Amino acid sequence: MSFKIVHTICPYCGTGCGINLVVKDDKVVGTYPLKRHPINEGKVCIKGNYCYEFIHREDRLKKPLIKKNGQFVETTWDKALSLIAEKLKEHNPEEIGFFSSARCTNEDNYILQKFARVILKTNNIDHCARL
Amino acid sequence: MTNSIEDIEDADCILIIGSNTFEQHPLIARRVVKAKDKGAKIIVIDPRKTMTAKQADLYLQIVPGTNVALINAMMHVIIKEGLIDEEFIKNRTKGFEELKKVVEKYTPEYASKICKVDKDLIVEAARVYGSAKRASILYCMGVTQFTHGVDNVKSCCNLALITGNIGKRGTGVNPLRGQNNVQGACDMGALPDVFPGYQKVNVAYEKFEEIWGVELNHEMGLTIPEMIKKAGKEIKFLYIMGENPMVSDPDIKHVEKALKSLDFLVVQDIFLTETAELADIVLPAACWAEKEGTFTNTERRVQLIRKAVNPPGEALEDWVIIKKLAEKLDYGDKFNYKSPKDIFEEIRKVTPQYAGITYERLGVDGIHWPCPNETHPGTPILHVEKFLTQDDLGRIFPIEYKNPAELPDDEYPFILTTGRIIFHYHTGTMTRRSKHMINEINDGFVEINPKDAKKLGIKNNDLVKVSSRRGGVAVKAKITENIKEGVVFMPFHFAETAANLLTNPAIDPYCKIPEFKVCAVKIEKL
Ligand code: SF4
Repeated sequence: MSFKIVHTICPYCGTGCGINLVVKDDKVVGTYPLKRHPINEGKVCIKGNYCYEFIHREDRLKKPLIKKNGQFVETTWDKALSLIAEKLKEHNPEEIGFFSSARCTNEDNYILQKFARVILKTNNIDHCARL
Repeated sequence: MTNSIEDIEDADCILIIGSNTFEQHPLIARRVVKAKDKGAKIIVIDPRKTMTAKQADLYLQIVPGTNVALINAMMHVIIKEGLIDEEFIKNRTKGFEELKKVVEKYTPEYASKICKVDKDLIVEAARVYGSAKRASILYCMGVTQFTHGVDNVKSCCNLALITGNIGKRGTGVNPLRGQNNVQGACDMGALPDVFPGYQKVNVAYEKFEEIWGVELNHEMGLTIPEMIKKAGKEIKFLYIMGENPMVSDPDIKHVEKALKSLDFLVVQDIFLTETAELADIVLPAACWAEKEGTFTNTERRVQLIRKAVNPPGEALEDWVIIKKLAEKLDYGDKFNYKSPKDIFEEIRKVTPQYAGITYERLGVDGIHWPCPNETHPGTPILHVEKFLTQDDLGRIFPIEYKNPAELPDDEYPFILTTGRIIFHYHTGTMTRRSKHMINEINDGFVEINPKDAKKLGIKNNDLVKVSSRRGGVAVKAKITENIKEGVVFMPFHFAETAANLLTNPAIDPYCKIPEFKVCAVKIEKL
């Protein structure tokens, strides 16, 4: 059995509380207070306390899916990405848009806006800050 | 936020507008409680008597959408009673005289008619805020989600500026962000008009052309509401990373039609969301516990997240997916990152506010931007000595009150306002898969004032139909004194009883926020 505690940040609201994840055999099984965190000093709200519960849900997406005759079928990364690349090339820059995410990291957001601007030459990129 | 979460504790007065802090940001509310224990007065302005409103010393139950009238009236009283900070206005701001003229007519009596709040309460709130040594304003979507959202925010700033409540501990104008990395997504330029660090696309494009080594488009792009409006027409291809507009956006029927009319839709997410169901291709992403990177919270603190476990099956980190797609399009050399840290090093180079931040420096405490160099400690409080304007002065903008886009009428006599509840997060993709959260509550509802309920012959838990000009939803009634007469409230987390089937997609002309907080509806017993 392996056991570790990983310090990270709560995935929910913009407060950004520090939180420890308790990891047993590559599964997050609970949270543990991180007392020396400057924002929440070891306390969390109910959402933060149970923030790990969705991680290992059975219905997590595990493979790329492609829609065929209205039904999703599993496909490989290579096929999925090739098809997206092909479809992107078929469109003019001003016909393409990107929704980035307030739930993703800074690095994820940076790379997506760079992708839109550098490769597709479009500034049609936004995220749901307004929503 | 202009200030840090921690320094809220030092305020003598905390004015909370359109934010249910105690339910939505409980660990910020903790600082409010600490301030209160030290004697601070709490003022809450909200159409719903929320858990937060119940903690207030003064509670102003306002008609949704009338914030500007109320704040103008508070400033009217503050000016009349000499509670302004003359030194601060003289040395640090510009525009006070114009403001004075505009707020002249906003007497408490006048505002009281618009906001349906007792005039004496308005006067008292003005006195408490105006005479505090340190007063902090906290606000959330109850200020921004209007067609006049930008005006609302400017009004809050005016109030802080004329009383000198900016640039010190326990003061400031502090938006509380609903999602963990809204601040960071904005900082990173996931916006149609700016590159990372809020550098305008039509001004800073040469700088970025040089850094990225390609020619760039320097015309402003489209916002999400605009892309949805143009879908199937000018917009034919959408790539959606980690968003669920089928639950979060206004007027869902229209969103569904828009997404279905695209040539091609790619959705990259952790679950098969309502939006992913409509996609041509769905890409499995790693969740936050399965990756490294940084989040920037509502007080501008950049913090590290750390990988705890591996993603399930073949799911990949979002940045890895984008990098691989860039390689497919023969741009691998421009996306040559081996880790999130490599990306962050580039972020530092192009984003002046992040220049001094490194993964090594972040540790457990994180760093508040702006942090211009590696020896700079970061900036928990903004505008301490000067504002970020060319002449260093803070701008006071006189604002007139304007009506929301859709007002109640004979056919749709109620105002619907929407929001969140404590147990769920946004569209529920994560929390509605969490056992403890759905045990608490897993159904939508509509809150109705007992007086209105009586007129309509509705009892608690009756099934009612709420309809607007855009659609209708059958949902359980919750009769409660907590909601103002003439106003009803629905949470938006629940796809089956989606409040956003009803909401008005009318947007603020400047920042393009949809008017989630006000639309006209009717209620019928089923
Ligand atoms: S623990 Fe609660 S208050 Fe803290 S970040 Fe998470 S959701 Fe927000």
